Amino acid sequence: MERVRAILLLAGVFFFALSFALMGVLPMVTLSDLPTQTLAEVAPVVQESFVDLQERWPAAFDKAFGEVSLESYHAALRRGREIYIGEGCWHCHSQFVRPVSNEGLRFGPVSIAEEYQNEMQMPVLFGTRRVGPDLTREGGKRPNDWHAAHFFDPPSVVPSSVMPRYPWLFEPVVGGVLPTPPNRDGLSLIAYVQWLGKWPRPDVEAPVAESP
Amino acid sequence: MTPAAVVALPAAPADTLVPLVDLTLVRRHLLAGFIWLLTSMFAGLLVSLQFLGHYPIDFVEIFSPGRVRMVHTNLVAFGFLLNSMAGVAYWIVPRLTGLRLPWPRVARFNFWLMQLMDVLLIGLLLGGQAQAVEWGETPVILDPLVALVAVIFFLNIGACMFKIGRRPVYVTLWYFSAATIWTALTYLMGNYLPQFFVPGAAGGAIAGLYIHDLVGLFVTPLGWGAMYFFVPLLLKRPIYSHALSLIGFWGLAFFYPLQGVHHFLWSPIPMYAQYGAVVSTIAVEIVVATVIVNFFLTLRGQMDQLRTSLPLRWFYTGMILYFTTCLQCSIQVLLSVQKIIHFSDWVVGHAHLVMFGVFGFWLFGIMIHLWPKLTGRPWWSEKLNAWHYWLSTAGLVTMFLDLLVAGVMQGFLWRDLAPWEASVIASVPFWAVRTVAGMTIAAGQVCLAWNMWKSRGARAHAPMVPYFTPVDATRSGASPT
Repeated sequence: MERVRAILLLAGVFFFALSFALMGVLPMVTLSDLPTQTLAEVAPVVQESFVDLQERWPAAFDKAFGEVSLESYHAALRRGREIYIGEGCWHCHSQFVRPVSNEGLRFGPVSIAEEYQNEMQMPVLFGTRRVGPDLTREGGKRPNDWHAAHFFDPPSVVPSSVMPRYPWLFEPVVGGVLPTPPNRDGLSLIAYVQWLGKWPRPDVEAPVAESP
Repeated sequence: MTPAAVVALPAAPADTLVPLVDLTLVRRHLLAGFIWLLTSMFAGLLVSLQFLGHYPIDFVEIFSPGRVRMVHTNLVAFGFLLNSMAGVAYWIVPRLTGLRLPWPRVARFNFWLMQLMDVLLIGLLLGGQAQAVEWGETPVILDPLVALVAVIFFLNIGACMFKIGRRPVYVTLWYFSAATIWTALTYLMGNYLPQFFVPGAAGGAIAGLYIHDLVGLFVTPLGWGAMYFFVPLLLKRPIYSHALSLIGFWGLAFFYPLQGVHHFLWSPIPMYAQYGAVVSTIAVEIVVATVIVNFFLTLRGQMDQLRTSLPLRWFYTGMILYFTTCLQCSIQVLLSVQKIIHFSDWVVGHAHLVMFGVFGFWLFGIMIHLWPKLTGRPWWSEKLNAWHYWLSTAGLVTMFLDLLVAGVMQGFLWRDLAPWEASVIASVPFWAVRTVAGMTIAAGQVCLAWNMWKSRGARAHAPMVPYFTPVDATRSGASPT
């Protein structure tokens, strides 16, 4: 118990492996009957919000994605998720609704394991801090132009907000004319946020019920 | 406890005897760690201004608060702690084993590799290339370099310890040797499995293990190992109980790795894993109590040293805060308490308490103790060092209590379905206090930095006589006379 090799073997390897088996592998086994879904399965149809992006900012949309199609929608979702991670959105917004503290009333249906078993949750975006609200059920709660204004300057729509501005998600300002339309990254992030919670849920017949 | 198997010789002939410890290497690592700490603190202070609506450069993409926040947390782990702990280990391990680092040049090279890694880390995080693993936001393309740097460091000290063979070793080396394997496994597990292999809730369980193991299996064992080395040395008396040391180590080794899932309680991770995490978290609190008792009984009758010896004061302050952290942990981990405090500033306060209040404080104590030995020059001002202690402690305790209260308040506002904005508006005064507390801490670090700078010009005291060890004949070809 006081020899280096014993410590390396028992503490270093065995105890670590034990914890990994109990706390990592066992949950994997428990959840293994849930198929791991691809993006095409969790985003089977183009959301109305994506069509709305095209109608609202046709020039910017055309430059970014060309046409509205399932392909361009998936590309937008993937890019949106990258922005969501790279900008650290997930450090102030969680993506799981807990079954406690009235969160079902505030945010919508409680999160279940099935919803996370897909490539868009690799790594999972649970989050550990809420400076802003949970975003699991954000999709469809607010219109696209609300999100655009909010990303450009959050206090302009939520006066008390401490969220940073993201002007680089928009076309450059020319001649002082505001607002400029979102650029590719901005459109993608809006599409991503509008998709959250809009995936098919196995326990709920579509469409997802809105909570009060 | 005295370092075994070392020979103290003044003015040794250079060709037959070489210093046991590479003082330059230790000095560089401690200094680099401190510089990264200052950088990280600056980043943290900047982000805290965002919460008050006064972030000065939020229109610059690469200085967006969300990205700077990741620089703040990652530099603590891979800049400050990795560097400082490497310096400490390079000082301690050769002394306890009587063996020089087997690959001294590699260790010197690895120092620069580590700094390159940190610079790249900052660049990529500010460039928006983060990986979605908390406290492992090190971008995917940088992960191999981080792992390489850590593995080279651990191989160097690991080889020293491994050569000891079948003899029992001192407590410090139990912690250090286990940390070598734990750190590598933890880093690889956390940065690769959830990213490429395990989706969803199970991946979340692994990400939870990673966050907690990085604290519990990398920072904690190196920190406690250093305490078991320096505290008896400075008190000039052995640790109170060997049995308690054993219980402390093996308890930590068994229970610590099991706790990680407690970062995601009430989540879709299977409940048995969550219950298990809660139980083992409470269990480790009992283990921690034995370690704390052991150290405080070592101090018995010598309490006055906390007044007269600044390093010891840092060490024992850190230990009191460690006990506070773990006590808090055993309470906040309860599922009922989690309902309120999860997602709130309570957790942020907890993280600062353990990372800065415990490991930061211990490393400051080590710095105060070692720096004059490493540079051959005494501290320019004892008074500045005292200011460093008091400003850091006052700032940290203020920040901790402030965020604790803020967290409880936020949790109840959320539960009571107050409008979300209400929780933000109510938090602003607490965030203001947090910024002031952070500035107090930073002012303390400025005192230490200023003191280090001025000490360069201080009158050198008698040059330190390093421990020497015979040149290893098999390695250098020289035959010691």
